[in-house]
Amino acid sequence: MSDMTRRQFLAITGGGLAGSSLALLGFSPGVALAEVRQFKLARATETRNTCPYCSVACGVLMYSLGDKAKNATPSIFHIEGDPDHPVNRGTLCPKGAGLIDFIHSPSRLKYPEYRAPGSDRWQRVSWDEAMERIARLMKQDRDANFIAKNAEGQTVNRWLTTGMLAASASSNEAGYITHKVVRSLGILAFDNQARV
Amino acid sequence: MALQSLDIVRRSATTTAPPSVREPHTGTVAKLIDTTKCIGCKACQVACMEWNDLRDDIGTNVGGYQNPHDLTDQSWTLMRFAEYENPDKGNDLEWLIRKDGCMHCADPGCLKACPAPGAIVQYANGIVDFHEENCIGCGYCIAGCPFNIPRISKRDHKAYKCTLCSDRVAVGLEPACIKSCPTGALVWGTKEEMHQHAAERVEDLKSRGFDRAGLYDPPGVGGTHVMYVLHHADRPQLYNDLPEDPHISPAVSVWKGATKPLALAGIVLTALAGFFHYIRVGRNETHESDERAAARETEHVRHE
Repeated sequence: MSDMTRRQFLAITGGGLAGSSLALLGFSPGVALAEVRQFKLARATETRNTCPYCSVACGVLMYSLGDKAKNATPSIFHIEGDPDHPVNRGTLCPKGAGLIDFIHSPSRLKYPEYRAPGSDRWQRVSWDEAMERIARLMKQDRDANFIAKNAEGQTVNRWLTTGMLAASASSNEAGYITHKVVRSLGILAFDNQARV
Repeated sequence: MALQSLDIVRRSATTTAPPSVREPHTGTVAKLIDTTKCIGCKACQVACMEWNDLRDDIGTNVGGYQNPHDLTDQSWTLMRFAEYENPDKGNDLEWLIRKDGCMHCADPGCLKACPAPGAIVQYANGIVDFHEENCIGCGYCIAGCPFNIPRISKRDHKAYKCTLCSDRVAVGLEPACIKSCPTGALVWGTKEEMHQHAAERVEDLKSRGFDRAGLYDPPGVGGTHVMYVLHHADRPQLYNDLPEDPHISPAVSVWKGATKPLALAGIVLTALAGFFHYIRVGRNETHESDERAAARETEHVRHE
């Protein structure tokens, strides 16, 4: 290469630069190839549940991180309708379709809380405390206001001063048991939050 | 075996041919939107955001149910609400609700207009998909779209639109919006099946007094893989200006059709002219006599 002239060197390097510049400018043909986004549920854990909102009680499939291995902490990242559920057969309303944000909402209630009469703040209580307080207040009120017989002396066994608001997303069996508990106490005002 | 989960038939700004031996022998896919069954609940909007990991800003109420007001880079589908007083039925109010979003045209204007190689592709099953990795954010796809669908993100300056859940379809699932729809206004299947389903719906609607009911599958863009059943198929513009006869803008065909070879010819001709000028006339050279004349001229100027 000792006999290469300055002129030849410039021509070769210049030509190389021009060629690679043209390729970089997009004159080289691109590969006709395209890939879709990776399917995000491939090995996620799938869990069946019932939508918590209304009494239609649609079946949902919840997908969480990991395959339930001991060291993986599951966290739900996607929810869609359960196609095998006879109620909704995979469909959901906008509230059900957006359940993922309900689960991860910063204002979601995760434990019983108690606000004392006159107080302006909620305090966290244990389930035992909550249950005991509810039971005690129910018994106090029932003992004080229970009506065994009406004016004509007929047995009515009414308890009119307390009402029960039950959950809507219950199975038939849970609904039956709830009904038995409430009616056996004599409560008449009984509803559930089935207003969509 | 190809290096991709869905075969492609077209790719923006690319001249090399994709592998084309495999074809969808059982038919391309299609989404059918039955506006006559839609109750405007927006489950499809929520399901779309949930699946595609999008969250739009909380908007403001301007007096209607439409929310957000327009498609955005975060809202790839939108229920558009139109209130129409039908003069043929004593000015009865008809609430025409149309799920807007990409129509997945067989002849996609966005893909034709796109100058970025591989930013827009069309799969063999009919889906037209954006690949934002290759997008340069020029917005030509918006100019090319007869339905005004793509939106450029203010965050990353790339174009986004409905993918027809290509990631779900690639593994054999239906799109998220289709699955969620509680009234069955959205249905999914092969394009042929959807034509049949639409024909049954149109017959039913006609028997209920909607004489002008029909299917919207506009031939101007080669047909679409998202189709509508309309009560007023003769006047699609009632449904928030759904175009009656959509076509790709002539500017796109001029720009991508005639202008490109013409400009290329211009470049080649200029190069050729330069070459022949060089051969025939050659370089501009100075001779000894020129140098002497210039020296004399300089002397002359100095003495003055």
